[in-house]
Amino acid sequence: MISASRNVKFDWLTILLFAALVIVGWINIYSASLSDIGGVFVDFDQIYFKQIIWIGLSIILIIFILALDSKFYERFASIIYLISLVSLLLLFPFGKEISGATSWYSFGGISIQPSEFAKAATALALAKYLSDIQTSMNRFKHQLKAFAIIALPVLLIIPQPDPGSALVFSIFIFTMYREGLHFAYLLLGFFAALLFIGTLTLGVTWVAIIVLLIAVAIYIKNRKKRPNILKYSTILIACIGFAFSVNYIFNNVFEQRHRDRFNIVLGKEIDVKGIGYNTNQSEIAIGSGGWTGKGWTQGTQTKGNFVPEQHTDYIFSTVGEEWGFLGTVLVVLLFLALIVRVLVLAERQRSKFSRIYGYSVAAILFVHFFVNIGMVTGLLPTIGIPLPFFSYGGSSLWGFTILLFIFVRLDAANYYYT
Amino acid sequence: MRKLLLLSIVLITGVVFVGRLFYLQIYDTSFQSLSEDNAINVVYNYPQRGYIFDRNGELLVSNQPSYDVMVIPRNVKSLDTLEFCELLKITTEEFKSKLKKARVYSPRLPSVVIPQLTKSEYASLSEKLFKYKGFYIQKRSLRDYQVDHSANVLGYISEVNEAILQKNSYYQMGEIIGTGGVEKQYEKVLRGVKGVKYIQKDRFNRDIGSYKNGRFDTLPVRGNDILLTIDKVLQEYGEALMQNKRGGIVALEPATGEILALIAAPNYDPGLLVGRQRSKNFTKLYYDTIAKPLFDRVLSGEYPPGSPFKALTALIGLQEGVIDIDEKISCNGAYHYGGKKPLKCHHHRSPLSMIGGIANSCNSYFATVYRRTIDHYPTPQEGIDNWKRHLNSFGLGQYLGYDLPSGRPGKIPGSETYNAMYQYPKYKWYTPATISNAIGQGEVLMTPMQMVNFISVIANRGWYYKPHILKNVIGADTIPKQYTTKIITTIDPVHFEPVIEGLFDVYNYGTASHLKVKGIEICGKTGTSENYTKINGKRTQLTDHSVFVAFAPRNNPKIAVAVFVENGYWGSRWAGRIATLIIEKYINGEITRTDLETYILDGSLEEEYAKPYSGEPFLINQ
Repeated sequence: MISASRNVKFDWLTILLFAALVIVGWINIYSASLSDIGGVFVDFDQIYFKQIIWIGLSIILIIFILALDSKFYERFASIIYLISLVSLLLLFPFGKEISGATSWYSFGGISIQPSEFAKAATALALAKYLSDIQTSMNRFKHQLKAFAIIALPVLLIIPQPDPGSALVFSIFIFTMYREGLHFAYLLLGFFAALLFIGTLTLGVTWVAIIVLLIAVAIYIKNRKKRPNILKYSTILIACIGFAFSVNYIFNNVFEQRHRDRFNIVLGKEIDVKGIGYNTNQSEIAIGSGGWTGKGWTQGTQTKGNFVPEQHTDYIFSTVGEEWGFLGTVLVVLLFLALIVRVLVLAERQRSKFSRIYGYSVAAILFVHFFVNIGMVTGLLPTIGIPLPFFSYGGSSLWGFTILLFIFVRLDAANYYYT
Repeated sequence: MRKLLLLSIVLITGVVFVGRLFYLQIYDTSFQSLSEDNAINVVYNYPQRGYIFDRNGELLVSNQPSYDVMVIPRNVKSLDTLEFCELLKITTEEFKSKLKKARVYSPRLPSVVIPQLTKSEYASLSEKLFKYKGFYIQKRSLRDYQVDHSANVLGYISEVNEAILQKNSYYQMGEIIGTGGVEKQYEKVLRGVKGVKYIQKDRFNRDIGSYKNGRFDTLPVRGNDILLTIDKVLQEYGEALMQNKRGGIVALEPATGEILALIAAPNYDPGLLVGRQRSKNFTKLYYDTIAKPLFDRVLSGEYPPGSPFKALTALIGLQEGVIDIDEKISCNGAYHYGGKKPLKCHHHRSPLSMIGGIANSCNSYFATVYRRTIDHYPTPQEGIDNWKRHLNSFGLGQYLGYDLPSGRPGKIPGSETYNAMYQYPKYKWYTPATISNAIGQGEVLMTPMQMVNFISVIANRGWYYKPHILKNVIGADTIPKQYTTKIITTIDPVHFEPVIEGLFDVYNYGTASHLKVKGIEICGKTGTSENYTKINGKRTQLTDHSVFVAFAPRNNPKIAVAVFVENGYWGSRWAGRIATLIIEKYINGEITRTDLETYILDGSLEEEYAKPYSGEPFLINQ
């Protein structure tokens, strides 16, 4: 396993997959943003051309990231994390509001979204903390600290409001689980999600009744073992209390647009021209692709701008319409390959820091892939998060590039520091 | 376990996504057409419908521009509603409800406010319309009828209905299709081919240019003009003669099978079914269940033919060799065959040979011939089926195969008819049970179109072309092959001469001797057919139908005609006169028998038709 040469060895497969995604992504952005009016390719007002610039700049960024010493990232993880938090904090006084969310800094026409960078920063900080020899995931105090590292950026992102980006951070629970967090936490999270969805679809009353029935059933089944009634009632009350608070949050804290989005996906609203518009149009566009699609730049849905935000969050619908089932499956396979590759590499890391960071990278890429394609294909609620390397946008492309290439750099050092 | 959890979730997600994509893109095909629906707008370019001319090139139907007032609701600016409504000649309530409807349909797409303005309405409106933002006038093409008759022949056009839309993919909602007569029969020829333009839309339904640079667009092809076999003058004259009567006239050119005139009465002005009053007028015509102006009596009315049928009885008798033309058969005022009531005959000379029998329309003579024809075979079943075979060869008892969309097969009974009627073999039946067939009563039914066809066969001495109304498609110069294929009947040509002699004597000294026209040798046959209706569930006899078939001249016939006048009493009273006038008009171009003409033009049977509806007892055959 030990490299004979002292040359730095980058994992070219990861880089190749990255390049493939960026290129395929740009091809689709070009089609989605193409207007019939302009004839010149070099046009700084065209989205596809802006994306070329972003890609070009990200290559410079990559060279820079790879040039740095791999120890730099571990050493400066906390500082990078702090800078990231400050950048999120400063949004409140200095941020620019775009479509209802104050998530951007604006510098002369260029907008930067710090939450895209916060993912990498948080991954670094979490890796740093968890890799500390004194940290144990079995100790409640350490668990709390780890959760705090994740929660801090989330608390700053939610009020922007940007629930989509905030949601991404929940995926770090997998990293923690990998590093020894008890399975019960995952289970708890899962049941919480189940209760959450149950409350929204069936209503509080039904959820309460069902939970009660299940509790009674389990109790009766185990009654010979003389189960602790207090324990049962506590869990029962906690569950029902959670359902009620979900109901409260949904109706009083959520904004109407959030409620609408959940309602569409949970099948409570069937309204083609109304609030279900995005998902519906996206499904029509993808569905119209058939086996091989309508051909590049030939998508009628894409050309007619039927799918909102098609060059950003809904870029996958362009793939579906113009490249058909073969195209979408290829893109899904590319993502799977990249995520699995990162996971496999992470498991190979000798440095705990690198392993934890790599695991976080895979998790973050996965949650974006999962939520975005789930949303575009109508399996999940409309939560606006970009498809990594694919969606238009400098911040998102840079954020993911940084995230991924720090790991590529760390991985290269895997052989070096043995 | 800890290492594998995320990996498994990733892989499961991948499988789920591929499955979902398979469902969306391959399995569920509904998205594909949906996509076409909302992103590409198909705009049709309608060609002009073909014109319709008569046999002499006289224009019958052309097109006229029509003007619809359209609105795009969201472009409507505040307007003086009262003034505008006055201009449009509608009430403010009506206007408001139409505007509301249009807004509900779509604020961005055009809707019709007032359909089909006339030229003069258009002229007065067009100079003031600029004041009203959001309104504009769209030109369409409507039928313009040059004649106020022949609606039964020409048919009409209407918007396609749901049933057609489902059956025929050529038509789209709101398009026009021929719905009756020639318009329906030759729809494909007349309509041409519509042009298609695919226009790429954006999500606001705005045009953003032609789809794929017009690669799939097509140009419209104008409909073909057609020439009908109808003679406009004769048609017009026939309509005039049928005023205030019910029934029909149909005239053929025996040598070609071309339909010279096809008049169904009562009829209506085809112009009634064009323009703003269309639906009101149609409803009125449709719900007139007493006069039934939409019912084509010539093509779809099945009547007992009466005495003209005797010519066929004679022909079949001769062909079967059961009668000699010189054999005389006596008649004592009725034919006794063992039934409860004898078959009555009217007063005439006796005994009579074939020619005299036809001229005097002797019931006893033809009952005898008919009975011999059937009894010539071992069983009445075989006999009657053989009789039926002869009649079928004249196009009777089956669809005649002419090129108009409505019609009935009529009825010629066969062995199966009577076997069923008398529950054979439980009970047996013999020829006398069917004796009424001999004189065209009983179970025999024919449409006037079938009557003219058989008299035309007699005029031709044994053959015919299927009657047809299409003379020529301009630019195509061919007509369907079935109309140029000679059909030969089962009767040998030699047998026709004595029958024609008899038919000539009908005019010479027989039942129509008072209808003679100087200079034209007309052969004809009167008919007086009994008929019944149900009044309050009770079978009641009505005044006899007046029937007449004729052709002229005797040699090289130019025209064959059948006239049917419902409840007109005896044959020569109405039908005979009308047939004679039609023949004289067609052959001479002018009328010398003005006495007949005046009688017919002034005559009305409305009183007779009102009788069954009066609710009081009434007398028939007055």
